[in-house]
Amino acid sequence: MNGILSITVLSPLIGVAAIMLLRAFAKPDDPRTSEAVRWIALANTLATLGLSVLMVAQFDPHKSGFQFVEDLNWFSGVHYRMGVDGISILFVLLTAFLLPLCIVASWKSITNRVVEYMIAFLMLEGMVLGVFCALDLIVFYLYFEFQLLPMFLIIGIWGGKNRLYAAFKFFLYTLLGSVLMLAAILAMVVIAHTSSIPELLAYKFSPAVQTWLWLAFFASFAVKMPMWPFHTWLPDAHVEAPTAGSVILAGILLKMGGYGFMRFSLPMFPNASVLFTPMVFTLSVIAIIYTSLVAFRQTDFKKLIAYSSVAHMGFVTLGLFSGNLQGEQGALFQMISHGVISGALFLCVGVVYDRMHTREIAFYGGLANRMPFYAAVFMLFTMGNVGLPGTSGFIGEILSLTGTYGASTWPAILASTGVILSAVYALNVYRNVTFGELTNPALAAITDLDRRELTLFVPLIVATLWLGLQPGLVFNITDASVSHLVGVYHAATGR
Amino acid sequence: MTVPSASSLATPELILAGSALILLIWGAFRGRADAAFIVASIVALLAAAVAAATGPLGRAFSGGLIVDQGSVFAKVFIYLACAAAIPLGDRWFARRDAAKFEYPVLVIIAGLGMGMMASAGDLISLYISIELQSLALYILAAFLRDDAKASEAALKYFVLGALSSGLLLYGASLVYGFAGSTHFNVIAAAVRGHSNIGVLAGLVFLMCGFGFKVSAAPFHMWTPDVYEGATAPVVGFFAGAPKLAAMVLLARLLSQGFGTSVRDWSQILVAMALLSVGIGAFGGLVQNNVKRLWAYSSIATIGYAIVGLAAGGVIGIQSMLMYMVLFLVDVTGFFACLAGLTRNGKPLETMDDFAGLMRERPATTMCMTLFALSALGLPPLGEFWGKFYVFRAAWSGPPGLGLVAVAALVGSVVAAFFYLRLVKAMWLDASPGPTDTPAIESRAIAYVMALIAFPIVLFALGALDTWTRVAATALAHG
Repeated sequence: MNGILSITVLSPLIGVAAIMLLRAFAKPDDPRTSEAVRWIALANTLATLGLSVLMVAQFDPHKSGFQFVEDLNWFSGVHYRMGVDGISILFVLLTAFLLPLCIVASWKSITNRVVEYMIAFLMLEGMVLGVFCALDLIVFYLYFEFQLLPMFLIIGIWGGKNRLYAAFKFFLYTLLGSVLMLAAILAMVVIAHTSSIPELLAYKFSPAVQTWLWLAFFASFAVKMPMWPFHTWLPDAHVEAPTAGSVILAGILLKMGGYGFMRFSLPMFPNASVLFTPMVFTLSVIAIIYTSLVAFRQTDFKKLIAYSSVAHMGFVTLGLFSGNLQGEQGALFQMISHGVISGALFLCVGVVYDRMHTREIAFYGGLANRMPFYAAVFMLFTMGNVGLPGTSGFIGEILSLTGTYGASTWPAILASTGVILSAVYALNVYRNVTFGELTNPALAAITDLDRRELTLFVPLIVATLWLGLQPGLVFNITDASVSHLVGVYHAATGR
Repeated sequence: MTVPSASSLATPELILAGSALILLIWGAFRGRADAAFIVASIVALLAAAVAAATGPLGRAFSGGLIVDQGSVFAKVFIYLACAAAIPLGDRWFARRDAAKFEYPVLVIIAGLGMGMMASAGDLISLYISIELQSLALYILAAFLRDDAKASEAALKYFVLGALSSGLLLYGASLVYGFAGSTHFNVIAAAVRGHSNIGVLAGLVFLMCGFGFKVSAAPFHMWTPDVYEGATAPVVGFFAGAPKLAAMVLLARLLSQGFGTSVRDWSQILVAMALLSVGIGAFGGLVQNNVKRLWAYSSIATIGYAIVGLAAGGVIGIQSMLMYMVLFLVDVTGFFACLAGLTRNGKPLETMDDFAGLMRERPATTMCMTLFALSALGLPPLGEFWGKFYVFRAAWSGPPGLGLVAVAALVGSVVAAFFYLRLVKAMWLDASPGPTDTPAIESRAIAYVMALIAFPIVLFALGALDTWTRVAATALAHG
């Protein structure tokens, strides 16, 4: 207990303050200001990464409860209570890991209103870290909701042609889900007389109440995940967002849905979770098969990856609601792995988009001739996306499917076709973009990855392979908490 | 313990009434309001606020004036809001060569009326205090008398306000006729146990009258027109404090006068709340004038506050007080921004006028964004905590009110669209041209209010929670 958690969560806000101070004393359109702001943001996110690595190092993986707990009495029974356990700490690390990459990825491509851009990103980081560390429902909701604003601005200001539509859709869609969750949160506070998450985890709601609360939370998390058929905001948001915005959206923001299911829906409303498992399984299987097929038909590079994200999140929900250890571990692993791989894929799109300013798949072709490094990097992440053994994608998918099989046979069988379907669309797009002759004359002068882009990809490559070859690293940390979760779930549902 | 004298209980009122008269004479002799005049009027309001906060509690004038924690709480905020309105409005009119010494005097008289509303303990003081503040506000709305729009707005405000006063008076007389007294607690004793159709009819009329005063649907139709026509500083004044006063009075009337017939009035409140949220949210969608937009926003806001009131009891009134105070902060700050913003001397009014303001006036735009998002209910900004209290109260209120809360929350998502439109215009669109530097007083008030809405509110929640609970207890139990 040394306050490292709060320092980590608040450190992005220190960066925001530093940038605002600089902004107050400098001319906004001065390129030197932009450059300084970029460096501040990078240094700040790296510091946050350092802090979160330090936190993981101090984390005791043998305990299933919350660690680094901080507790401040706030008002009317609400506490500012923060802490992490084996489930949340990896999301903290993932967030801190992806943010510096986002900053570097936007180094050259964002030249307009850099000050606001970096402030938005740092605020987003702070909010997301807060979501994963909050141990009070109200505090959780504050962080969960407020991150809509920076993301709205990121899409709305620095997005593509149709950015306003996408930004509004993103905001309103997610807001609708989360106000229903707010209603449920307030009902829980009134029923249980506490908003503390550890206490609510021990509180037993009656099954009838659980059903309603579960549905309200589902409204929020299913939109966030997103699950079919609540996913329609995602392709728009992804396509219009700037590259780094897509990275953070796919890499981290979507994970808040899965995290929410794991933190709230399963342990707090176990009976309702069992009741709705068939529905979740059905939606997940549809998501996997249908969105994979939709992804196959996309002509827009980013949209394809967006749909593929929806399909991969289908595996996560399957694993989560299987209710057994493999399923939960697999879902958690899949979220971390997808955070790395989908982030990397969006960066791959960003690389060619920065050069050619189009995301049409048909525009590209034969890039391997001109961009061998790019082709290799893209290949690796495509394979990770498909779930090739050796990459992190494999571990998550196989474990979620094993877990699902343990819970229910048919969903697992149907979902496993998704593995093939993902190979179909992913390899297809890879072939169309990189292989063949360089037919489009516009591509003749395209350059390979520069040094900045290579440094961008190295950590992602390392993470993908490391997680794929040594998944034990993750399971060591998550094991105690996830076993505890599964134990509680089984005890409550009698399965 | 000695019973405090009537004059000591009415100290804030006496200060205001006395200083209004002195200022009137002073102004009449000088013919115009100079700096000392403005300072004196602000000091009078602040002195009244201090007197209210430190004065004794009790009842005076045979129960016509109730000074309890509830009225004290409301008075302090009302007087402070009045004090903020004086420099804002006076300087605004001065820049248009329309400053008159009557402006501060009228604000003080309106503040006096609002303070009395918060303290009213019988139907007569209820009516008198409402009329006192309304008449002052009608004149304020027409203060820019050469402006056709402002005059039209004032006339509309006056005619519909007079109608609502008529309803109030008619309801009050019915209640008096059937209950046999004008005192809230005697009425409560008279209606106990049996539902009297005459009293009920009177109550309905009274509530309709209050509906007009707080611009709750279906009595909201004057609001958009009046907000659009009247001048920004004046709208900022009468959109905030009078509604707080009217809600406090309504809470006192309902729980002290009709506390035994909760079921009769809570369904009226629920209907008004749902209608207000719905009309506010959907009506705001098509507005292009920012003042009209804010009118619809305030209709929806009143809807939420009424949900709290409908929950009844201490927790319900507490949530309403919390909401109204935080709303007061937002509305004061937002209209302070509007009052300061001009382009070539003309006030910014439509969405297009606000386009690209972020590049032009980053600090003011940040404030306006904050107020808009706070009204949207984005945590952790001010009004979110109002919503938090209201909907928590709804869940612990009578069964079924939770669903009303859910419906109101969904309404807030609809309303989110128009707040976002404003944010979008200011942040994302291209500016049509440079704006004039906002006046110092409007910037100062906007900054202070913005800082209160975030982050001061986060630290003040503990204190606010206690104050509102104490105030609500006094209002609920008498």
